[in-house]
Amino acid sequence: MSTTAAPTPTPPAERVAITAAPAPRRHARPPIRAIYRWELRKLWAQKRTYLGLGSAIIIPVIFVVSLMVQHGGPDGVPFGRYVRQTGLAIPPVLLLFSSIWLLPLIVSLVAGDIVANEDGNGTLKTILTRSVDRQQIWLAKMLAAFTYALLALVLFAGVGLLLGGLRYGLHPLTSLSGTRIGVGRALLLMVASLGAYAMPLFALASIALLLSTVTRNSAAAVVGALMASLIMQLLGVISGLDFLKPYLLSTQFDAWQGLLRTPADWAPIVRSAWVSACYALPALAIGLTTFLRRDVTGG
Amino acid sequence: MSAVASAPHPIEARGLVKRYDQLTAVDHVDLTVEAGTVYGYLGPNGAGKTTSIRMLLGLITPDEGTARLFGRDPLVEGAAALDGVAGFVEAPRFYPYLSARRNLELMAALDGGDAGDRIDDALATVDLTEREDDKVKGYSHGMRQRLGIAAALLRDPRLLLLDEPTTGLDPAGMRDMRQLVRRLAADGITVLLSSHLMTEVEELCDRLAIVRSGRVIYEGGLTDLLRSTGQRYRLRTTDDRRALAVAREQPGVEDPVQRADGLAFAADETVAGELSVALVEAGVAILALVPAAASLEELFFRLTEGDGLPA
Repeated sequence: MSTTAAPTPTPPAERVAITAAPAPRRHARPPIRAIYRWELRKLWAQKRTYLGLGSAIIIPVIFVVSLMVQHGGPDGVPFGRYVRQTGLAIPPVLLLFSSIWLLPLIVSLVAGDIVANEDGNGTLKTILTRSVDRQQIWLAKMLAAFTYALLALVLFAGVGLLLGGLRYGLHPLTSLSGTRIGVGRALLLMVASLGAYAMPLFALASIALLLSTVTRNSAAAVVGALMASLIMQLLGVISGLDFLKPYLLSTQFDAWQGLLRTPADWAPIVRSAWVSACYALPALAIGLTTFLRRDVTGG
Repeated sequence: MSAVASAPHPIEARGLVKRYDQLTAVDHVDLTVEAGTVYGYLGPNGAGKTTSIRMLLGLITPDEGTARLFGRDPLVEGAAALDGVAGFVEAPRFYPYLSARRNLELMAALDGGDAGDRIDDALATVDLTEREDDKVKGYSHGMRQRLGIAAALLRDPRLLLLDEPTTGLDPAGMRDMRQLVRRLAADGITVLLSSHLMTEVEELCDRLAIVRSGRVIYEGGLTDLLRSTGQRYRLRTTDDRRALAVAREQPGVEDPVQRADGLAFAADETVAGELSVALVEAGVAILALVPAAASLEELFFRLTEGDGLPA
């Protein structure tokens, strides 16, 4: 005690016997899947989630409609010349366009907000005084952000494939090596391509999650993650910095194209895996460590 | 001593310190809250009450000292240290885009066990059953405070930490909240009630700590505090000016002051009797001489604004 102005009565032993009590029984911690499920339900209840997913749906619609009302293009992009021959060519072209800003924006919108929003609303203190440990909360948020990123990607490519298939039919796809790929195999390669595309997308989500944790500010985290993506795009087009290009996250968004060659070129996929990990793992480690150690003062 | 007697206290904090740059928000605070008590943590705004509670709950890390809840340190044991503990810091916060019931379902999921089975009872206890499906963004401040209590009750707590639970409530809301705290305490729940409202602490608490500028300046029983200033009297006479002069001359009469409604002074019973005789001898008729214990409010201001209690 620092200063005690009046005598503090010492409770007699009899009173201690009455007033002390055994510690409450220990509870089992809820499993992380329960927390993850609630993170998804929270995302599901927020408007910004629909804003991102809505964009992932509406952009392919606009793209297919523009193909229907125009005759030329898109020129100069892989698979561009086949978009009116088979619906299978639509998702690859969409992925090429979307890697510049659309999918990074959609992913940043949620991953950059998922921790900072709780800080801003003061709900972090609410959930951190329940029976869950901090690492459980953070890992559940990470899984939710990754799930959202994957859902946006699948929706984006899926809507493109669906509309392209409806308009132009599903016919064999001409690979980047000029060989014909049957519809079944092309669909499988499409799924694998989305998996390859998801790697740098998860890395970007990890950076957004880190910024969300560190800045405690949704806008700063969303804009920061998007800026990081755009800066890497910019570095990738500066000829004097070519040596950097293989190690930029933006370059890894093109790695999936290796799967659509005959034979498949795995080198960019492997590179994308470790380069994406080099961005994601430190970001996740720093984000988690920060979250575990930080003072929760908001709200 | 029995096994029960050796059990740890619900709250035991030793030498808690929290600094923010040059400001020491909490300065070597010791707290011991015994089971079954309603413990008041009283201080003006900015005294460090909320920071102390955040440290108790493991939300912020103390620069020095330790905090244990039922013998468990939240910084060491994490969420396991909060088993049997519930409450809220500052205003309780919920997800505005979810209904009250959905919010409680989320809290119950994070609590695990059978917390979900208590949702209906918790909503009924705080009288929110009829509004349970409304989104929290449409709730008034008072309803959110009540929902905060409901969320705490899901944990079937043995210790409740309530940070200014009546702040911002209208008089009826304050009355209801105090009745609720009283009811929970009657059920055997230990309560730490942070407040800057003297009447609230006086009405609800058995023991209290008074904090000023991050330091505990009094810790003990409420009745001990009220008694510690000695007996005071109020006196009304036919001539208060003359009576004041007589009181000043009377041995044993301390701190005589003239107020709008008469005189006030401190003295023991014998001295008060001697003063009444002296007044009559001086030709001053006594209209009223009544014992008046110092209010907690009076003591609070003496402690937090003055130099402390008289020795």
